[in-house]
Amino acid sequence: METGHTEFPSGNILASAPDISLKAYLHIFNGTEWQHNISVHFTFVSLFSLFFAVPESCMLILLGLVLGAVVLIASKKQPYQLDPGLFFLFLLPTIVGDAGYFMPARLFFDNLGAILLYAVVGTLWNAFCTGFCLYGVKMAGVIVNAGLMDFLLFGALISAVDPVAVLAVFEEVHVNETLFIIVFGESLVNDAVTVVLYKVYISFVEVGPGNVHTADYFKGIASFLIVSIGGTLVGLIFAVILAFVTRFTKKVRIIEPLFVFLLVYLAYLTAELFSLSAILSMTFCGIGCKKYVEANISQKSRTTVKYTMKTLASIAETIIFIFLGISAVDKSKWAWDTGLVVSTLIFILVFRAMGVVGQTWFLNWFRLVPLDKIDQVVMSYGGLRGAVAFALVVLLDKEQVKAKDYFVATTIVVVFFTVMFQGLTIKPLVKWLKVPRSTNRKPTINEEIHERAFDHILTAVEDIAGLNGYHHWRDKWEQFDKNYLSKLLLRKSVYHKSELWEAYQKINIRDAISVIDQGGNVLTSARLSLPSMASRTSFPEVTNVTNYLRENGSGVCLDLQVIDTVPGAKIEEELETHHVLAGNLYKPRRRYQSHYSRHFMTVGEKERQDREVFQRNMRNRLESFKSTRYKRHKKDRSQKKRKGSDAKEQDTNDKPRRNVSWQDKAVVPVAPEEDKHDPSEPDKDDDVGITFVARKAPETPKERPKSAALDVCQSPVAAPPSPTCGEKNLPWKSGVGSLPPCVSVEATKIIPIDLQQAWNQSISSLESLASPPAPPEPQHPRVSALSRLGGPLRTPAKGKSSGSGGAGSGSNTGSPSSGQFKFPTGKEEEEEGALSQQQQEMQPLMSSLRPPPPPPPPPAAQSAGKRRNPCVYLRSLVTVPPSGAEPQSRRPTQL
Amino acid sequence: MGSRASSLLREEDIEEIKKETGFSHSQITRLYSRFHSLDKGENGALSREDFQRIPELAINPLGDRIINAFFPEGTNKKYTAREDQVNFRGFMRTLAHFRPVEDNEKNKDLTSGEPLNSRTNKLHFAFQLYDLDRDDKISRDELLQVLRMMVGVNISDEQLGSIADRTIQEADTNGDMCISFSEFTKVLEKVDVEQKMSIRFLH
Repeated sequence: METGHTEFPSGNILASAPDISLKAYLHIFNGTEWQHNISVHFTFVSLFSLFFAVPESCMLILLGLVLGAVVLIASKKQPYQLDPGLFFLFLLPTIVGDAGYFMPARLFFDNLGAILLYAVVGTLWNAFCTGFCLYGVKMAGVIVNAGLMDFLLFGALISAVDPVAVLAVFEEVHVNETLFIIVFGESLVNDAVTVVLYKVYISFVEVGPGNVHTADYFKGIASFLIVSIGGTLVGLIFAVILAFVTRFTKKVRIIEPLFVFLLVYLAYLTAELFSLSAILSMTFCGIGCKKYVEANISQKSRTTVKYTMKTLASIAETIIFIFLGISAVDKSKWAWDTGLVVSTLIFILVFRAMGVVGQTWFLNWFRLVPLDKIDQVVMSYGGLRGAVAFALVVLLDKEQVKAKDYFVATTIVVVFFTVMFQGLTIKPLVKWLKVPRSTNRKPTINEEIHERAFDHILTAVEDIAGLNGYHHWRDKWEQFDKNYLSKLLLRKSVYHKSELWEAYQKINIRDAISVIDQGGNVLTSARLSLPSMASRTSFPEVTNVTNYLRENGSGVCLDLQVIDTVPGAKIEEELETHHVLAGNLYKPRRRYQSHYSRHFMTVGEKERQDREVFQRNMRNRLESFKSTRYKRHKKDRSQKKRKGSDAKEQDTNDKPRRNVSWQDKAVVPVAPEEDKHDPSEPDKDDDVGITFVARKAPETPKERPKSAALDVCQSPVAAPPSPTCGEKNLPWKSGVGSLPPCVSVEATKIIPIDLQQAWNQSISSLESLASPPAPPEPQHPRVSALSRLGGPLRTPAKGKSSGSGGAGSGSNTGSPSSGQFKFPTGKEEEEEGALSQQQQEMQPLMSSLRPPPPPPPPPAAQSAGKRRNPCVYLRSLVTVPPSGAEPQSRRPTQL
Repeated sequence: MGSRASSLLREEDIEEIKKETGFSHSQITRLYSRFHSLDKGENGALSREDFQRIPELAINPLGDRIINAFFPEGTNKKYTAREDQVNFRGFMRTLAHFRPVEDNEKNKDLTSGEPLNSRTNKLHFAFQLYDLDRDDKISRDELLQVLRMMVGVNISDEQLGSIADRTIQEADTNGDMCISFSEFTKVLEKVDVEQKMSIRFLH
């Protein structure tokens, strides 16, 4: 043990950063005393490399054990212990706070039923069965003598799955998200059960088992309800307070993170103070406040909160496991009883498995995606016990619970066994179980593509068949949130901007940066036209990118045209094709791995994919809508003659459409023209749909007094034959709460509101444009739309609708502002007004970044050219439009 | 809703659908209430817009193709009220493709004609999503269109084109640079289509 003194000083560092300090230790050892004891060095190195293969938690516990042993030998007594006070007041809250705040809320509530069942029924089952069976074993005389209440108490504290351990181990095992959230959610929610059982038994033990009356059992049940519901309520109240406070911190950005930490922690303390479930309180505070807080606080505060929380949680987790190891060494604290240890281990494993199988069998009656056998094995095996049990058992009063020392020893063994043995073996187990399901044969490209298509088909059919579950309450909640909570808790600017504005900003910035990071390689125009929505929302990022480009200009080729013309590398390698496919094929719903993770921030991949697909789908619908309407207008042409100049106008209006569509032409090879004239495009059906709708339309003329022509060209997509739909169809008539029907109201659940609005507005402006009869040339679809370019030449009624479409997309929440109705008299002002705050903030930046004025537009577009053009689309900044491209491609993409 | 919906459904209709599709009675009533809730026009048939209103389909890459699959080309009076609409029979008929193959069905497969949820029919359903012009061949263009729907924007046209070429090369046996249905079946013969193209309908 001659190395004892060397190790000790580094031990202090070890607590916070074991890996690094271990290396540091090796370094010191190597540098100073390597000649002293080279064999020890090699042992350590091999151990070190071994540790890399095992879960961090196991490594930490082992490290703690070693440290504890060293300290014990050095000082003859154990000065460090996992103190329950420290644990419950400081260590646990950091972990739970992090878990709550970054909890995937949607997933959590989707599986709430299962989580509650496992957490309440499962934990009760485990607790009682373990307790009674241990008592039975005691009656058989094998193990230590203790009362029934003592065993029940022990069963209660040993049966709860531990959030810290579950997080630590499941992080390493990549199980599917549902499984993860069920086990993890269970471990959080069962805190209420554990706390109540623990306290009830403690009080029973205190008064003595003989004095417990029947009424007391009911009191126990009542206290369970109070503890759990009370804890949840406290958490939610603090969530509201926190969200409300952050609404007013605009002037004091620096303390925003402080508020978040303090109030979330305060939720924990308050619940603890009232003997409610502190974990539940903190979890729900985190879940509840996140949406509003994230929207209110600044970007920097958000980053601070995120990283501080993750760091604190990691530190706390490290400390907990190390201290568990250290505490285990202190022999004075525990007494060994083989019978108790072995039977406890067996019982918790057996009852966990039985409980899981039974409850899953019950749940699978109701679950859409049943939990299969492998899931059940993982859930049974993943029922890890951890520091909470240890802290609770240390808290026991030795005066009342005589067998405390035995219980402590057993708990330590159980914790070590579950965390180390099960934690170590769960990964191979999962792998081994999954092996028979998938063959080793590499799928061919065909199989890969078609199977992915199958997945999408299945998802779609499930949606059509309504198997995805329609959550009535979630809708109700979202309505409530939209109507009251968001108004109360979100900053006005945020609220009026868009709820998802910030999210987009984040994603776009990341996209842009990754574009630059990857240098010229993937810098195709496709890549650059960020899959964001409108330029209005993306141009702040554009400025960011530009700044970035300027700062780091040395390494980046600004002329993307050069890069674009580099012929794409021919991918003949099958491997590479697979790689490309695997990376880029859209994933069906079930394959997302978006669970909470301590060490990785979620990437938002799903959001991005959803947006891309949504844009594309909507565009296609728009195209087919357009083409059907074109056919209609061929019929109308005989009735309404237009002058050639108008046709010209249509012509120029037509061109910017390409920018206007959500994706750049280069991005989607199914180019608009192809779409339009693609004979295979099933337009016929839509055509009939039009007739059907047009027949319906006159029934609702009063809703659309602005332009009678709209009635004729009612959108097939946008017009369900219900009388109210016409009203919703017009953006200026749609209130904040009612989205136009092209995308149903339910869509709020999954589709970003911005996108829906963009789509709906594009549809409505499409209609407004369609009001003039068809142009003579077939290549003039009247979708030019969306763009303000055509605005000035239109009649007031038509201009009005398109203008308000534009304004609506600016304000994004579609709130009917009075300004929109002034449109005919002051278009310029209207236009300016449409640039809501955030755009104005950007004005100074933009003025310097504005691209050179576009080449003189065709004469008819002159008036368009003089329009104010504040938006700078990234593409226009960095690419020279391909020769022959319309000058308008420099124009902003606008929805 | 459920009770009202089922009351609108006549018993003999249910029997017929049961025979045709193999769904159970409760599944049919359940799906009928879903059908009814989708049917915003309340005219007993779904139009394309009714499908398009399903929010999840808007973010499904193949959403619109699948909607199209509900509107068969050869309009059979039995399944479609009008050309652009699909009635409950047609709706169920399409959904029946995705019914899992049950054990007892495997044996009597050959005796009572081919059920809708047979492997061939499942494959044919998928095949038709590609085959837009219904010439029983997937051309390069058709494949490319579907691929473009299914991949992210990060992939370039050249890459996609070469993927499409490769896919066709791999499957094409007679050298016409198209994938016929038999080639499609052949290339997927190792895939457990029965399992991968089946969903669980709640009882």
